[in-house]
Amino acid sequence: MSIELIIGILQIILIATTPLVFAGIGELVTEKSGVLNLGVEGMMLVGAVTAFVTLVITGSYFLAFFISIFSGVVMSGLFAILVLFLMSNQIATGLALTIFGIGLSSMLGKEYIGTPIDGLSPWFFVIFSFVIVFIISYFFYKTKAGLILRAVGESHNSAHALGYSVVKIRFLSILFGGSMCALAGSYISICYAPMWQEGMTAGRGWIALALVVFATWKPERVLIGAYIFGGVTILQMNLQALGLRFPGQFFSMAPYLATIVVLVLISSNKLRIKLSAPASLTIPFYKGR
Amino acid sequence: MINFLPMIVSRSQTSNIMNFFVPIIAIILTLVTGSVIFLLLGFDPFYALYTFFISPISSSYGVSELLVKATPLALIAIGLAFCFKNNIYNIGAEGQLTMGAIFGGGIGILFHDTSAFWLLPVMIFAGALGGALWGLIPALLKTKFNTNEILTSLMLVYVALFILDFLVVGPWKDPNGFSFPKSRAFSESGRMPLLFEGLRVHFGLIITLFLIFISWFVFSKTMFGFQLKVSGFSPKAARYAGFNQTTLIFLAFGICGAFAGIAGLSEVSGPIGLLYRDISPNYGFTAIIVAFLGRLHPVGIIFASLIIALTYLGAEDAQLFLQIPSAVGFIFQGLVLFYLLGAELLINYKLTFKKTL
Repeated sequence: MSIELIIGILQIILIATTPLVFAGIGELVTEKSGVLNLGVEGMMLVGAVTAFVTLVITGSYFLAFFISIFSGVVMSGLFAILVLFLMSNQIATGLALTIFGIGLSSMLGKEYIGTPIDGLSPWFFVIFSFVIVFIISYFFYKTKAGLILRAVGESHNSAHALGYSVVKIRFLSILFGGSMCALAGSYISICYAPMWQEGMTAGRGWIALALVVFATWKPERVLIGAYIFGGVTILQMNLQALGLRFPGQFFSMAPYLATIVVLVLISSNKLRIKLSAPASLTIPFYKGR
Repeated sequence: MINFLPMIVSRSQTSNIMNFFVPIIAIILTLVTGSVIFLLLGFDPFYALYTFFISPISSSYGVSELLVKATPLALIAIGLAFCFKNNIYNIGAEGQLTMGAIFGGGIGILFHDTSAFWLLPVMIFAGALGGALWGLIPALLKTKFNTNEILTSLMLVYVALFILDFLVVGPWKDPNGFSFPKSRAFSESGRMPLLFEGLRVHFGLIITLFLIFISWFVFSKTMFGFQLKVSGFSPKAARYAGFNQTTLIFLAFGICGAFAGIAGLSEVSGPIGLLYRDISPNYGFTAIIVAFLGRLHPVGIIFASLIIALTYLGAEDAQLFLQIPSAVGFIFQGLVLFYLLGAELLINYKLTFKKTL
């Protein structure tokens, strides 16, 4: 194997893993505040389609990303209103968000399937994905606001008693998660594979959710996990391309099977999960009077 | 200061009346939102809603199509009720459906030249087995390794779809199929009997109604049903009463998988008649909405499956007659679930306008 090939593969791994980092770190912030949002896949798809359609109509990359992130804010805002003000079941609401997002994205993108666009160079976003992880890590462990956010996720009643607005902090965390998911989606439809196709995120939203568990809710570990999954995905593609006498479908399964294996390895230590998961995760906050 | 805004106050007991009205409120709100969406798209909302919800079922053919779509939805949803009642979030029914179709359909392909009466029963059994085995994987991982069942059951959907894809382009490809990715057709005795001449509604409907009745019996008359309910309401009470959570998880996943597997088999041996890639228009995911909209109750699930099946038919008609993309059906499905979950607030809380200090 030549050096060029190895460098090429490493570059592709970087490019392919970036959306997982964005979505994973966004969901991590949401979960740290004590809210589980299973709508990642739906928000990514809507983010991908709004970015693509905006780019086709206006030709402006800036507007494409702006509108896409705005769509993430709207989608996650919808989720936030339901789970925070109407205290709905977070798991069911997140599923509803994903189903809604699949429908909305395929409706919006119907006339744009196959429309060619000029893709954008991914390298700015690749670098940004590393930067944002370290910013979030700094925010959580070195700033007061980060400490408050973590406190809300651990014990919302105590945080409330100390005078912090649980609902406001959770609302902002959910919106941040939503905008990162939309960014991940727009990166996929504009940089990674410049096109629109129904369901084009192909389960990356769910893998991002698994990443948060893998990372045991620690920001830097999202990077490690994302690169394991990205590596597996690209390696199986390359092995498929080599034309080994082995059906391609079994290679395509690899990232999903790897997710299961990794989840099993991490979760089998019950104590580790119990100690690292935010203690208030999925529990609704009711202030009472 | 007098507060005119409504206040949310916790109820001392959950409201049974609201339990009944919440789905109705959700459906009404969805229709209202739907009319606004149609208006924004530039259609007469009444005509659009008529095209969407009335005209598809204004013929006997339409009613039959409604039942064809409602059959797998209701069967999977009642299976999901076994899981959801106990707060087990199996969202991989689509994969269990696919495995059922693979196992049952595999028997159908193996015995494609048989006209024996036992073929269909064996296929149904194999379908149930395939679905159950696929469902038991997340159950095993959850009980043995503490692994989140939401993520594992979902990942297994992708794996099952790739296995089906491998089979229909590889070993099970129709030798006379001009390299289309589909299997050979099942023999006539491997097909679900049709209930009415000329209509597509098939014997799978009878199986579904029978299994819904059995589930109703299990939920309301057996110890197992009681245990599911208690564990769902209060895991601590269930542990104190000595209910074995591991057994409950295995049973719930096994039953749900078997039902989804039968649903998958009855799709391929009913309207389809062979195996190919796209055997299910997301029935396994949509059934999650049916289960919640039916409030996990057998009768509720029957009604909910009809309503959601109508969104499939309506979407097809809307695309045909109004050129509205059929994906609008999924939007309606998502909306109804949003409204339902939001309105559930009224079950546990009430709104008061009492003035406060």
